[in-house]
Amino acid sequence: MDINNRGDEQLELLKVSNLEVHFAARQGFLSSLLNKQPKQVRAVDGLDFSIRKGEILCLAGESGSGKTTTGKAILRLVEPTGGEVCFKGEDVIAFNRQRLRRFRQEAQIIFQDPYESLNPRQTVFSTVAEPLEVNRICKNNEQIEERVIEALTDAGLSNPQELFLRYPHELSGGQRQRLAIAGALVVKPDFIMADEPVSMLDLSIRAGILKLMVDLRDQKGISYLFITHDLSLAWLVSDRIAIMYLGKIVELGSADTVIRQPLHPYTRALVSVIPVLKRVMPSDKKLLQGETPDPVNIPTGCRFHPRCPEAQSRCREEEPLYREVMPGHYGACHFI
Amino acid sequence: MSLLEVENLTTYYKLKEGYVRACENVNLKLEKGEALGLVGESASGKTTAALSLVKLLPDNAEVRAGKISIEGRDISRAMEDELRRIRWKEIAIIFQGAMNALNPVRRVGDQIVEALRIHEKMPEKEACLRTAELFEQVEIDPDRVREYPHEFSGGMRQRVMIAMAVACNPKIVIGDEPTTALDVMVQAQVLQLLEKLRRELQMGMILITHDLSVVGETCDRVAVMYAGRIVETGPTEKVFENPAHPYTRALIAAFPNIEGKRYLAQSIPGNPPNLLNPPAGCRFHERCSQIIGPCSEKDPTAVEVSTGHMASCHLLGRL
Repeated sequence: MDINNRGDEQLELLKVSNLEVHFAARQGFLSSLLNKQPKQVRAVDGLDFSIRKGEILCLAGESGSGKTTTGKAILRLVEPTGGEVCFKGEDVIAFNRQRLRRFRQEAQIIFQDPYESLNPRQTVFSTVAEPLEVNRICKNNEQIEERVIEALTDAGLSNPQELFLRYPHELSGGQRQRLAIAGALVVKPDFIMADEPVSMLDLSIRAGILKLMVDLRDQKGISYLFITHDLSLAWLVSDRIAIMYLGKIVELGSADTVIRQPLHPYTRALVSVIPVLKRVMPSDKKLLQGETPDPVNIPTGCRFHPRCPEAQSRCREEEPLYREVMPGHYGACHFI
Repeated sequence: MSLLEVENLTTYYKLKEGYVRACENVNLKLEKGEALGLVGESASGKTTAALSLVKLLPDNAEVRAGKISIEGRDISRAMEDELRRIRWKEIAIIFQGAMNALNPVRRVGDQIVEALRIHEKMPEKEACLRTAELFEQVEIDPDRVREYPHEFSGGMRQRVMIAMAVACNPKIVIGDEPTTALDVMVQAQVLQLLEKLRRELQMGMILITHDLSVVGETCDRVAVMYAGRIVETGPTEKVFENPAHPYTRALIAAFPNIEGKRYLAQSIPGNPPNLLNPPAGCRFHERCSQIIGPCSEKDPTAVEVSTGHMASCHLLGRL
């Protein structure tokens, strides 16, 4: 599944360097009266990764780790406060309105909850046709209809014409997510950010949606940033996995190596709690205590040290470097 | 005598269009200290079945039939007064959305104290002591009883819900997707806590979930529901290793196994049937890949595959 020609710049579709998204934390009335500096929420705090053409890169991590903010920052749905995003060699941060508009056709999103992301008052046809009309892509109605049929078929909905006048509530969960995917496909994107695309779906329907995503990659060369908290799904569909913790990538490598030979203690803990269909001895699980700390008060040194079972005094003081530990396998920990 | 015995439980919802046959002929058995997993996809009737036990159902629900007994005592005809007592002292429920189940404007501790005062008729002082003790049991710092729900994280709130559920020492705890909205790490913590409490307090537990792995990791026995019926039940290991019903087999095949090979399983074609008008015969036959003659005509009966392992499928009768 791995793409060859590693490091070939030509094939790099998206390159993110030192991406930062900091927000000002909401202040109480009293502190604003006292003119206190608002605290910073460092949601994304310096990320480096790239996505090659036709690659599925997975960002995995617990809630609050900054996965979704990263995805939004890449599409400039949230303005990054620092760093660079390069799409096909162009600087996304520098895009003007017009170019941004075009960029948002090339890069699409699929959201978690198809029950909420679809307009309940829009029919299937107008949901899929809307991006074409807004962007004035088609010359006439016949062309629109053609493209809509093509997108619905590509999304695995058979007999698309019969669905045209249906409303989202008449569709099943799986069909709804396929409709959302059709809405993304209709503008022929090169890149799709899929934010937990199957976590609201039942197990028996999940596989179909994931298979569809992989098939679209194989047939159309679409690249994905696949955001999920579920490492077994990440392993199943992606080429490479990046593990995020509190706004930073702690480990990145090919799906098999990250899951089978994890380097970072955080990854090891996450891998040990991947659900399996048998009784697991509690001692086999490396349960971490507590929950992800507040990104307003990020711990000093290695940000994982308060929960790390292997932390030593050095971890409290010195932030570990994110470096290539083995070819193609990156990690940020003092002891790997 | 089992701790809980349910026979032929049937619950329908009345709609304008007719009756939704949400749960039909459900038979369950639970022993003391045992954990039973009730798995199924959304709308398979698992929550309806469990809530029917304590009649915590929406107004349009009708429990049509069924005998429910706790330690041999029939409670299926209990009146509201008695049900209210049963709900706390015999069967307690942990709901899915811990975020919504707590009152946001009252201190967390007070909410448990109130429950203890009403249901256990405890004096205030004693109730406060008991609350602190409960907090310790669910591994929360007892000093935090005076905080409000918004000061707690999702995992902590779920722990509070668990503390509340076990406050009156119930014999049975029903967890309705108790870990679904939580992070993986917190999910593992909460499951471990439930397991610990079950051992310490010798409670029977029914875990309602769509997640096979939750059952695999914590339950002694499992019942798989599909379209309002139990299609397979038995000891968890037996069912997961040798699933007898095609639906169970497909579900297990769809589960990603990180120890095996990387491949995307085939999803089950089609959608679950509309329970307003379910298909005749086996309810799974429209999506089943091994359909034979009687599947679309006759309801399959439960066949014992091995000791304690039952499945309802026509294919089994043929062997």
